[in-house]
Amino acid sequence: MKILVLIGNVPDTTTKIKFNADKTAFDAAGVQWIINPWDELALTRAMELKEAPGSSIESITVANVGRQETEATLRKALAIGADKAIRVDADAQDAFYVANQLAQIAGGFDLIFAGVEASDYNGAAVGGMLAELLGIQSVSAVSGLLVEGNSIKITREIEGGSQTVGVVTPVVAIVQKGIAKEPRIPAMRGIMMARSKPLEVVNPVATETRVSFVSFDLPPAKANCKKFTEEQGKELINALREEAKVL
Amino acid sequence: MSVLIYVDNTDGKFKKAGFEAASYGAAIAQQAGMKAVAVSLGKVDAAELQKLANYGINNVMSSADERFASMDNQAAAKALAVAAIQCNAEIIVLAHNNLGKAIAPRLSVKLQAGLVTNVTGLPTSLSPFTVNKNVFTGKAVGHTTIHTPVKVLTLSYNSFGLVEKTTDLVVESFDTGLGQADFGLNVEQTQQVTGKILLSEAEIVVAGGRGMKGPENWSGIEELASVLGAGTACSRPVSDEGWRPHGEHVGQTGKIIAPNLYFALGISGAIQHLGGVSGSKVIVAVNKDPDAPIFEAADYGIVGDVMKVLPQFIEAAKELKG
Ligand SMILES: Cc1cc2nc3c(=O)[nH]c(=O)nc-3n(C[C@H](O)[C@H](O)[C@H](O)COP(=O)(O)OP(=O)(O)OC[C@H]3O[C@@H](n4cnc5c(N)ncnc54)[C@H](O)[C@@H]3O)c2cc1C
Ligand SMILES: Nc1ncnc2c1ncn2[C@@H]1O[C@H](COP(=O)(O)O)[C@@H](O)[C@H]1O
Repeated sequence: MKILVLIGNVPDTTTKIKFNADKTAFDAAGVQWIINPWDELALTRAMELKEAPGSSIESITVANVGRQETEATLRKALAIGADKAIRVDADAQDAFYVANQLAQIAGGFDLIFAGVEASDYNGAAVGGMLAELLGIQSVSAVSGLLVEGNSIKITREIEGGSQTVGVVTPVVAIVQKGIAKEPRIPAMRGIMMARSKPLEVVNPVATETRVSFVSFDLPPAKANCKKFTEEQGKELINALREEAKVL
Repeated sequence: MSVLIYVDNTDGKFKKAGFEAASYGAAIAQQAGMKAVAVSLGKVDAAELQKLANYGINNVMSSADERFASMDNQAAAKALAVAAIQCNAEIIVLAHNNLGKAIAPRLSVKLQAGLVTNVTGLPTSLSPFTVNKNVFTGKAVGHTTIHTPVKVLTLSYNSFGLVEKTTDLVVESFDTGLGQADFGLNVEQTQQVTGKILLSEAEIVVAGGRGMKGPENWSGIEELASVLGAGTACSRPVSDEGWRPHGEHVGQTGKIIAPNLYFALGISGAIQHLGGVSGSKVIVAVNKDPDAPIFEAADYGIVGDVMKVLPQFIEAAKELKG
């Protein structure tokens, strides 16, 4: 069985969000880039599956649609333990554009992991679109995954609970919290080995852009926090009723 | 032309997010001079379908096919595409919940439609079609334009609210034409949490952080929540420590919520935590550290010991509700 893990390259979660002067684009000056947190968990789960005794996983490939700058992120994924990386050399325009690029390289994989959303533009779209383009099953809100022969057993979140489902490969698993406990951190040996692992660069296919960002705004600053003393718990609750009118 | 709204059900019952999507879709339909058509997949009885008449829906297309109970994303997207074509839908609205998020991307590919998820309000312009969406996990808003003739939107929870508007609802059953081969998902087991207010539906959420010191102190949080009819939540380390179940973890890597009222008790307010709760209308913080970042996001706050403040909250809430 061959696994593909999609890797989004996103600003570190502590990044202070700012935009350029005319507010048409994210200002990336000084930003640290990381593997999208859910993709990091997906890769961790893929590694666990591969290392399990009697595992049928032959290889783990990671893929990203992005320019050369994202190679550091892909190298990190190789250092964590992926066997091979593919970068489609293009600016990620909208989710459909990205999914269409990934569809060109995703044939032949049995299990494809995507994250529930990228923490930058919160699209929550690429995984589902890719499955549709490939004409294969997708399962979303995945918080657990086991491989049993060529069938996959998935735990997913549903409104107000969880569910175990079985599905045959190929499948796109769109993962969220719970899929792995803690993301793996590359070890020194992994970092050394990553340098000699293959990172293939492929050209994009022509694709229309369906959606674009016109501009961005930061949310309006909150009014000052109204403070009460440690003895005024009751007064605060009353203010929620009388003033804020939320009780 | 019409606006098509997918209203999903759990065991035959619609939820608040579905009614909100209906309200929102009906408002767009009015703005654009179109019909508001809801679509329901799976067994839902007539009385439940009729509830959509309270939220501005003109027609319901209902498929009573029980196979949809498996929540197979591929099958649901196929069925919705059939409905969209049948009612000549130009705009399709889904809730940005687990199911909506799973189906909308597939549907958009089928209909060659542009997709905007996590939408926070009515279109600011119909031509070009422009809507706002949450980006950077609530830390900013993006103004987006869709260039395709057909558009798919998922509506961020509690961003529009319920808008009551009574209509003469026409319910029609529709045949999705799906065969057995279209359903490829085998549901083995379902665990439903009962008797608890769902975080995704809660109007009020009471959350505790590491400042609560240990799981034994959660009885106060549960009591306040039960008096207020609120859901309970926690910060990530609290669920990592196993003090609370993972389903309660809110924030950038947990659940993203936007209740009307959010209590952050003993929570520092790390940027990743705020990302998941900053959409709340009113935030109350109790923290003994006056410099805790939570106070920058809060509307009301107490600098003090949560163990001393929480009993006062409970007492005051009992008086209000009693
Ligand atoms: C990639 C990434 C993703 C993350 N995602 C999330 C996420 O989704 N959600 C999330 O919550 N976190 C997330 N985090 C973790 C986040 O950075 C913080 O570590 C976490 O939110 C802190 O939780 P806390 O406020 O409960 O604990 P602490 O930071 O330990 O804060 C405890 C607070 O309680 C106060 N306190 C202590 N005793 C009392 C008392 N007696 N009375 C009143 N106040 C008291 C303290 O002053 C302090 O402010 C993420 C981190 C990373 C790196
Ligand atoms: N540029 C990209 N390259 C590779 N994978 C991506 C890219 N963008 C998004 N993804 C994948 O799709 C998931 C959802 O992203 P999105 O739909 O952009 O929110 C991410 O968690 C990744 O797994």
